[in-house]
Amino acid sequence: MRTFVTRRLLQSLVVLLGVSFVVFFILFLTGDPALVLLPPEASAEDIREFRERMGFNDPFLVQYGRFLGGALRGNFGDSIRHGEPAFHLVVERMPATFQLAGAALLIALCLAIPAGIVSAVRRNSVLDYVSTVVALLGQSMPTFWLGIMLILLFSVQLQWLPSSGRGELRHLILPSITLGLFTTARITRLTRSGMLEVLGQDYIRTARAKGVSDPPVVWKHALKNAAIPIVTIIGIELGTLLGGSVITETIFAWPGVGRLSVQAIYNRDYPVVQAAVFLLATTFVLVNVIVDVLYTYLDPRIRLR
Amino acid sequence: MSTTARALTLHDELRPARREWTLFVRRLGRRRTALFGAVVVALVVITALAAPWVSPFDPLEQSIGERLKAPGWRDAAGRAHPLGTDHLGRDILARIIYGARPALLVGFAAVVISGVLGMIAGLLAGYFGGRIDDVLMRLADIQLAFPFILLAIAVIGVLGPSLTTIICVIGVSSWVVYARIVRGAALSLREREFVQAAQALGGGDGRILVRHILPNVFTPWLVVATLDMARVIVIESALSFLGLGVQPPAATWGGMLADGRVYISTAWWLATFPGLAILLTVLGINLFGDGLRDTLDPRLKI
Repeated sequence: MRTFVTRRLLQSLVVLLGVSFVVFFILFLTGDPALVLLPPEASAEDIREFRERMGFNDPFLVQYGRFLGGALRGNFGDSIRHGEPAFHLVVERMPATFQLAGAALLIALCLAIPAGIVSAVRRNSVLDYVSTVVALLGQSMPTFWLGIMLILLFSVQLQWLPSSGRGELRHLILPSITLGLFTTARITRLTRSGMLEVLGQDYIRTARAKGVSDPPVVWKHALKNAAIPIVTIIGIELGTLLGGSVITETIFAWPGVGRLSVQAIYNRDYPVVQAAVFLLATTFVLVNVIVDVLYTYLDPRIRLR
Repeated sequence: MSTTARALTLHDELRPARREWTLFVRRLGRRRTALFGAVVVALVVITALAAPWVSPFDPLEQSIGERLKAPGWRDAAGRAHPLGTDHLGRDILARIIYGARPALLVGFAAVVISGVLGMIAGLLAGYFGGRIDDVLMRLADIQLAFPFILLAIAVIGVLGPSLTTIICVIGVSSWVVYARIVRGAALSLREREFVQAAQALGGGDGRILVRHILPNVFTPWLVVATLDMARVIVIESALSFLGLGVQPPAATWGGMLADGRVYISTAWWLATFPGLAILLTVLGINLFGDGLRDTLDPRLKI
């Protein structure tokens, strides 16, 4: 058990090292980071001076080492636009993004797991068809279009809910539904197929043959086993949610990391972009380590590997 | 005489393959949802290819006097605009028809790039195992750790948006699904008798990979590619929505949605119809892909 956790942590350190390299490399895609960072009207003299000051004349690996050292201490440089440390700007907006992603995940789990179970238990019933069709639509619908349609209906036509901003709970409703629908669809389909597979197993038939009634078979025997792939997908879906927040936050003017980074990209404010990408990726990696560790409690077979 | 004999043998050789193919098509056709998906996808592809002939208007032709007209509106010449006009007086149906082109082009090209990369990575990781496998799978983890859309917009933000950039960015960063599926299949295939027999007969690794393993991992690969194309089309429209896709005035579904968002309180049709176009296309591909999976490889988990 302890070796499993240690190995998993070591692996994620390697992954984070890779992540930091890619984040660092983004600036070098065009060849010259000075041209990326400076406004287009900068003179040749400005560029030379800036390059010297930022250490862009040093060997590539030395620069990477300096970047990594800074990143580990939470120093990504100052935001070009706001003048504040980029790390600080991103961390400040983290809670808003976590709130949104958390609410979306909560909605997804509360809707998807019951829907998936009912679909599997009452296979080919009207409920099954409805939930399957809704899941399919949800998986095929672009997030941003859903968001706009929700605004059109609930903010413009009915004027029930606000279309932008953050503050009260009602601000959270439309963005979290928008962000959560795709994940809801994914988890519904996964729960349904997982439950169907488990319900066809011999031990379920044995339990039924022994006279165990329906609810305990579904809840105790089947769901526990079907839960394993669901827990894995939650970790992966968190990546989808953090990434999806970029677009959802833009539509609903939600003051989170996603909106900040889109603005930073438009403003060519690369220190902020780097800090945001790095911190979101780190969050994703850490959550997945936690999910993997939880997983070993659900499925003892994994510890033996 | 001899010619007839040769022709006959050839015919016989071809028969089983042909029968398998018709059988497959018939089995796929029996799934009504898959058939529906196939028809939708075919219609979208035909529309995109035949855009200049089926489009009722020029997608770029502006007319300030005809701006923001509701669906069904007729202009002075009596020509109907079935889906209305946008904020520059351009016909929305025409723009939706032309918008299918970048969507399908990016979808197809990016899937080919990521599919080939993923196939190579998966074959190498699964067949050779060991160090290669470790390195490739860590790379996959690193790739997955990035919020995809954020990485894409960061890279496109630096390189500048263009059709090639979008295709390359999506293509290069979407290989992991393919690699994982192909790796899993290759891992079990390399223990199979026919592969070991080929090894015992002195077949080189390259030959075994291409001649024996690749044909057997092709089916799951194809299913992943189909379903991934749906995802790529949504991403293309998201990038266009954020202004990082194919640049205006060219018509893109995402770009039309971005325009429509501005006029949401006065002209609902601007944002509604392009979104429906994306929904229908992606739904069609998803249904077709699900049908393909259920027919070819029902145990495949994607």
